Amino acid sequence: MTGGHGDGGTQPALVGVVLVSHSGPVAESVAELARGLAAGGPVAPVAAAGGTSAGGLGTSAERIMAAAREVDRGAGVALLADLGSSVLTVKTLLLEDELPPESRLVDAPFVEGAVAAVVAASAGAPLAQVAEAAAEAYAYRKV
Amino acid sequence: MRDAEFFRNWMAAAAAAVEREADRLTELDSPIGDADHGSNLLRGFTAVRTALDAEAPAAPGAVLQLAGRTLISTVGGASGPLYGMLLRRTGKELGEAPEVSDEELREALDQGVGAVAQLGGAAPGDKTMLDALLPGVAALATSYRAAADAAENGALATVPMQARKGRASYLGERSIGHQDPGATSSALLLGALADVAERAEGAR
Repeated sequence: MTGGHGDGGTQPALVGVVLVSHSGPVAESVAELARGLAAGGPVAPVAAAGGTSAGGLGTSAERIMAAAREVDRGAGVALLADLGSSVLTVKTLLLEDELPPESRLVDAPFVEGAVAAVVAASAGAPLAQVAEAAAEAYAYRKV
Repeated sequence: MRDAEFFRNWMAAAAAAVEREADRLTELDSPIGDADHGSNLLRGFTAVRTALDAEAPAAPGAVLQLAGRTLISTVGGASGPLYGMLLRRTGKELGEAPEVSDEELREALDQGVGAVAQLGGAAPGDKTMLDALLPGVAALATSYRAAADAAENGALATVPMQARKGRASYLGERSIGHQDPGATSSALLLGALADVAERAEGAR
């Protein structure tokens, strides 16, 4: 994937999305689902950061940092996390300034929020609106 | 005054305690957690020992910040960011001074524990690390041994509590009757501090 800020010069920078799960396959699958449902035009950069570096269940700070750098196009990075250490590790990295500027932990359900965030980001929404779209997924009652 | 060597000794003693107690921590984590607390902390503190040996930071604050950073990146479970934050914030509070007083360490640890509370959003009685750390750090005003004892008692006091944070909270009342593994490892950390302080007194 080509990185860097403002490449092309004419296209507006898109918000990047990072999906942090306790499980590598969960993060990858939800990323694939969100990309698939957002398709139809350009899709915002999405990276999965699931599981530990050794491939087990858990969280890898290194994977999260690498994923955030990978999707950073200069318009901000929205991070969604699922359980326990995923949330705590993202919060810690934010507090310790280890993520790109304008990175934000989005308070949203993981799967539904990821789809909403990627659709909004792909439409060119700024970070605040991407976060809002993802958070709105909490309001959708299933019964 | 406490120099960088004191803090390296503390981390080495903590690593040794985790190594000694890893099986027990994982056993405690089996009924109410995901049975990886001992192995996670062992991986983290082994990496801390390697990092400190390789870099040998010259200031107390730098020792704790390196240890904290290493835990955040190697543990893989919730105890990584929580202990990482504890040590990094404490290290930051200590700054770059080559030696710190016991009073300065007490105040810095107080800030570190505050950062843990903020990060995890837990309150006393939620059956977490804080139930050992808060009484432990409060008792530092008396002595290092008093802090270790208070943390140990705090960990024992988590047995009748119902978990309100983390995976154990999903068990509801079924979490009652088990000692919290995080509070137990927190007591080990403060126990290691007391051991190292007593060894330093003995050497004087």
